[in-house]
Amino acid sequence: MKPRSKRLLLLGGAAALLIGAVAMVLTAFQQNLVFFHTPSEVVEGKAPVGRAFRIGGMVEQGSIRREADGVTVRFAITDTAKAIPVSFRGALPDLFQEGKGAVAQGTLGPDGMFHATEVLAKHDENYMPVEAQYAIDKARDAARTVQQ
Amino acid sequence: MKTANFDDRIKRSKSLLRFAAPQMFYPLAGTFAPWCLAVAAVLTVLGLWIGFFVAPTDAQQGDVYRVIFIHVPAAWMSMFIYLVMAFWAAVGLVLNTRLSFMMAQALAPTGAMFCFVALWTGALWGRPTWGTYWVWDARLTSQLLLLFLYLGYIALTQAIDDARRADRAGAIIALVGAVNVPIIYFSVQWWNTLHQGASVSLTRAPSMASAMLWGMLVMALAAWAYTFAVVFWRVRSLILERERHTEWVGAELAAHEGRA
Repeated sequence: MKPRSKRLLLLGGAAALLIGAVAMVLTAFQQNLVFFHTPSEVVEGKAPVGRAFRIGGMVEQGSIRREADGVTVRFAITDTAKAIPVSFRGALPDLFQEGKGAVAQGTLGPDGMFHATEVLAKHDENYMPVEAQYAIDKARDAARTVQQ
Repeated sequence: MKTANFDDRIKRSKSLLRFAAPQMFYPLAGTFAPWCLAVAAVLTVLGLWIGFFVAPTDAQQGDVYRVIFIHVPAAWMSMFIYLVMAFWAAVGLVLNTRLSFMMAQALAPTGAMFCFVALWTGALWGRPTWGTYWVWDARLTSQLLLLFLYLGYIALTQAIDDARRADRAGAIIALVGAVNVPIIYFSVQWWNTLHQGASVSLTRAPSMASAMLWGMLVMALAAWAYTFAVVFWRVRSLILERERHTEWVGAELAAHEGRA
């Protein structure tokens, strides 16, 4: 065997071992690598208890309510299967809207209300001009009317 | 007189592999570099023009999305350059070729620069859209790790005086760190992250308006051309520095002084 074939084999073997090791580590840390839990996971009790965590999903349509004090907001985060009520005191990001993605950090109270200390907006990877968005919204409304 | 024969043989060679010899690659890189820089300048102007004046305002994010024309090409380039660096390091380790290690070293500063630009523009984009400059999600954290890998590679290769040992030590970082690149790329699919998924991929139609897509692709090509230009110039400096004891560098410098 030529020295360079030997080196290539050694390098290939080392790379294979390394990739295997990294794959195993990532699988082991799967739980810690998630940035947020979905409302369904929270309802099933998969979210951490007694410490802060994040929930992510869509802000439920028609769920945003402002309290009388003007700074407390209540809304629900849903993954279309389950929804979790959230209360938050503070400024919301500009992209925070009903029907759009959001991630809230905080703790789950005994009453099932999620008390958020931070709310982030999560936007999707679709970029389109205003006219295209308008056309899509109109088409969706039309489809909804036909279904009804 | 073995070296003289080798020089003669390589100059008469018609094989493309002759450019693996530093004395053949040096003039070739010098010829290509200015052209690459010119292409980069033209494409940058064109790409920014499309990005700022042709591409429409985004329905969801407004005009702030236009940072994408810098952010995405820089992020692509930072990942791609690392893979190319790892490739040259592997070639160097297996074949013991001098130029491959020089290529790896020449790529690192540009990769680190693009990585920093991606992180910086990402922070500036995150504040008005997500509501935060930084979060520790899988995508952002692995991209930050990429910057540290670049800086670690540069620091290690600069810290060791013996060029051959520096090359070998750096090659290990380059190869081990390459595992991080697919993790960055697929992080948004494997785990739920605050960062959105890819708008452009090989497997499905892009999810953005065509003028936006064109602006991004032209800027990506500009980043490629810029990388070629600066890496060619940087590798020329490395060749001169490392081959300074050879006859051809002596002749090259004498000719240069004669012209000046």
